[in-house]
Amino acid sequence: MSEMMKNTLLFAAVAGLIVLTGFVQSWNSALLILNMGLISAIMALGVNLQWGFAGLFNVGVMGFVALGGLATVLVAMPPTQEAWAAGGLRVIVALIAGAATIAGAVLTYKRMPKGRSRTVALLAILVGGFFLYRWLFDPAVEAIEGVNPAATGYLGGLNLPVLVAWPVGGLLAAGAAWLIGKTALGLRSDYLAIATLGIAEIIIAVMKNEDWLARGVKNVIGIPRPVPYEIDLQQDPGFVESASGLGLDPVIASTLYVKLLYAGLFAVVLVVLLVMAQLALKSPWGRMMRAIRDNEVAAEAMGKDVTKRHLQIFILGSAICGIAGAMMTTLDGQLTPGTYQPLRFTFLIWVMVIVGGSGNNFGAVLGGFLIWFLWVQVEPVGIWLMQVITSGMAEDSALRAHLLDSTAHMRLLTMGVILLLVLRFSPRGLIPER
Amino acid sequence: MAEPFLIGDSMTGGYGNGPDILHDCTIAVEKGEIAVIVGPNGAGKSTAMKAVFGMLNLRSGAVRLDGEDITALTPQARVAKGMGFVPQTQNIFTSMTVEENLEMGAFIRTDDISDTMAQVYDLFPILKEKRNQPAGELSGGQRQQVAVGRALMTKPKVLMLDEPTAGVSPIVMDELFDRIIEVARAGITILMVEQNARQALEIADKGYVLVQGANRFTDTGKALLADPEVRRSFLGG
Amino acid sequence: MDFLNAIVALANFVIVPAVAYGSQLALGALGVTLIYGILRFSNFAHGDTMAFGTMVTILVTWWMQSVGIGFGVLPTALLALPFGIAVTALLLLGTDRVVYRFYRRQKAAPVILVIVSMGVMFIMNGLVRFIIGPNDQRFADGARFIISARDFKEMTGLQEGLAIRTSQGITVVTAVVVVALLFWFLNHTRTGKSMRAFSDNEDLALLSGINPERVVAVTWIIVAALATIAGVLYGLDKSFKPFTYFQLLLPIFASAIVGGLGNPLGAIAGGFVIAFSEVTVTYAFKKVLVYLLPESLEPEGLVQLMSTDYKFAVSFAILIIVLLFKPTGLFKGKSV
Repeated sequence: MSEMMKNTLLFAAVAGLIVLTGFVQSWNSALLILNMGLISAIMALGVNLQWGFAGLFNVGVMGFVALGGLATVLVAMPPTQEAWAAGGLRVIVALIAGAATIAGAVLTYKRMPKGRSRTVALLAILVGGFFLYRWLFDPAVEAIEGVNPAATGYLGGLNLPVLVAWPVGGLLAAGAAWLIGKTALGLRSDYLAIATLGIAEIIIAVMKNEDWLARGVKNVIGIPRPVPYEIDLQQDPGFVESASGLGLDPVIASTLYVKLLYAGLFAVVLVVLLVMAQLALKSPWGRMMRAIRDNEVAAEAMGKDVTKRHLQIFILGSAICGIAGAMMTTLDGQLTPGTYQPLRFTFLIWVMVIVGGSGNNFGAVLGGFLIWFLWVQVEPVGIWLMQVITSGMAEDSALRAHLLDSTAHMRLLTMGVILLLVLRFSPRGLIPER
Repeated sequence: MAEPFLIGDSMTGGYGNGPDILHDCTIAVEKGEIAVIVGPNGAGKSTAMKAVFGMLNLRSGAVRLDGEDITALTPQARVAKGMGFVPQTQNIFTSMTVEENLEMGAFIRTDDISDTMAQVYDLFPILKEKRNQPAGELSGGQRQQVAVGRALMTKPKVLMLDEPTAGVSPIVMDELFDRIIEVARAGITILMVEQNARQALEIADKGYVLVQGANRFTDTGKALLADPEVRRSFLGG
Repeated sequence: MDFLNAIVALANFVIVPAVAYGSQLALGALGVTLIYGILRFSNFAHGDTMAFGTMVTILVTWWMQSVGIGFGVLPTALLALPFGIAVTALLLLGTDRVVYRFYRRQKAAPVILVIVSMGVMFIMNGLVRFIIGPNDQRFADGARFIISARDFKEMTGLQEGLAIRTSQGITVVTAVVVVALLFWFLNHTRTGKSMRAFSDNEDLALLSGINPERVVAVTWIIVAALATIAGVLYGLDKSFKPFTYFQLLLPIFASAIVGGLGNPLGAIAGGFVIAFSEVTVTYAFKKVLVYLLPESLEPEGLVQLMSTDYKFAVSFAILIIVLLFKPTGLFKGKSV
């Protein structure tokens, strides 16, 4: 069997699983899996770029995904005029002052000769800058968050079409990646891992606590959509007619139709990114990346600027995760910072890349779909399994109740087992790097 | 001629599955004597010694110690059989004290090691002075003494040294050679690889000149030093 | 008097909690650093190992409580601790046998082992949630305070109270005992020295006849003890929630790296550096300053540098600063 055949079969098998879901469960579930599968595949592409191409160990995926989500709010929500009037400008000035403080400190450190005067100057800049920042920042935040806190209490966004948020999400993530890369790349691989793990936690902490920015844990709901609303479709006589022409209930038809539209949009993004990633992989740039990954010392000796290349690919990969994050929040229609969990948004993506085949873009995409499918389906399968196991127990058995209650946690267990099995018996993944 | 005490007989082999580095190479040393392996860079000197110690796969040939075939033994098992090995680099535990280094050298022994340690301290008095200092803080020559002392702690019958004088000053080198002679006088057989061929051959009972993994010249140290061809090709005139 | 009050307030809200938290971090970081030194990888499953050990201890504690076994004024969990350590040690040894040993034999790159530890992390995390659930569990019993704020005020006549909770006292005492035992073991026993030798120079250790499998097994057992103790102390002091333990990974790694990965002494120092910075930066100093400054200068706000929600940012910032200026950590660590 040729490699091409095998890979096509693998993709067909995953597609078959999703179609099967449609027949056995519902087409709605199948499309839900498909849509999140598309988004997961994009995230996996981003991580694969970093790990598969360049060997960079990024465990801060969650942070970049969350930044993408933040972008949808900042771009697509209507601005809160009152909040802007109350303290919008002041917050911006405060942030600029904060950034200027750090930039000033870095400049001072680089420009001034080493010695006591530099230490004093640094301290003065940092302490002074910090107090200036807080003096500007605190009252502004209080004013903004005081504006109708139940509904808004934040600055709002730019009221632009939500699709604009996707590239913006990528840019936000790229900016954060640049900052992290500048400091942590060039250090040892596990240090980069810890640094990215930390930055992701911090990004989530900021999004949870800075209510003026995106309402924090109060969530932003009702983010505008790039596709029509189900309720509008149901009231559109043309739609109802064509739905009944297909023999479908208009309510079901409208949900399926909306999901299909999303799937179409996501598929376009995935294909574009996949083509770009493939072109990049085959270009001299991609070959150089892999050469660096396989032997950093040799590549450096040949005059390659390893750190600079790593920075490039780190930013690119993170930007892709940001785009995917923006897409996901668009699909959800709401930003809920409390739901970002590293196991789900960082480590699960890693399972996708490793299982699919690190270093191979198609592998990453396949892994994205397959692992997302499993992640969703492990739960019903687990419940069924537990019912079988516990069927012999008494109805009121405490153990039985506990086991049935705990099936939700089977997911993590299963993902761990899958990851370990693949690493052990097929370390190059389902579609290995060529 | 009777079988030598330690012999690597007609050894052919290389690292892992790589190409052969040794070609039918024979290295032997008589009990209580000093044998030295010399040769140009890349001649396989260290490889030959590692082969005797079991650190690479032999495709043919055998290693015998005191008449016993030890070809199949791991390096660790050879240590238990009475072979001591001092690697060329990273041959001490830098974060541990001198005394702890010696203790670790004697790890496989279950009996009292204090006598052996006293002997090592007698041989290298500077180590006794610095015994509670981390070995990594010592000078290059002192580190080599720690390395040799560590290997002596198992009371080996054979001591194998891989370029013990690499990177030390000429004065320290002379001192190290003196100590090695002393060790040999105590009845320990010595096999060593040396970059400083002339000085090494001066103290050698037997010398091996290797070229490209094969024996080129084999004779007593003095004879090799006197051999005009050896002098011209390997000793710089 | 005001000055004394200020010191007591500082001790009560900064020093005592930071010492307790620092001890917990130090024990956690010691585990991470030992694994790094001997097995040469960063173990991402460490937070979940702590959670697992704590969970077992909690289950045994509950059982003891239900049959009426108590430890007087001390928490019952201390009695249950040995069981927790034993079960965790078995789990870790089993994991090593089934998972890690294969890669060790292959001499896999450290980063592969890190990814493998991610898989182990998933499984342990799932196990813990499966058995005890994802929610908060409290299991502390016995006396709540060594000195309560009110007793202290009555004793000294000061306005400010100094409360020392039993859990804090136990944390510090246990940490001191554990660290003393660990260093005695590493520096004065044959096995401990062989572990240091193995960590220092693996090839030479093998040459010296040190059995690597034995060293690894002993390491896992010690790590199980350290992780369980750290987890139980943290749980007694705060509360037990699986996700919190996963999140502890960050300050623990920060401690180990700041101190110098692979260096046990560094892990302890790192733990206290991180804990003190975290607590100091997120504490509202108003209370202390009110006593120290004349009334006219009294601060209006809380004088809190950062909200407690950003405590991770503190460990992170320190980590980055140390890495940028002293990449091997404050004490010299090793690099793979």
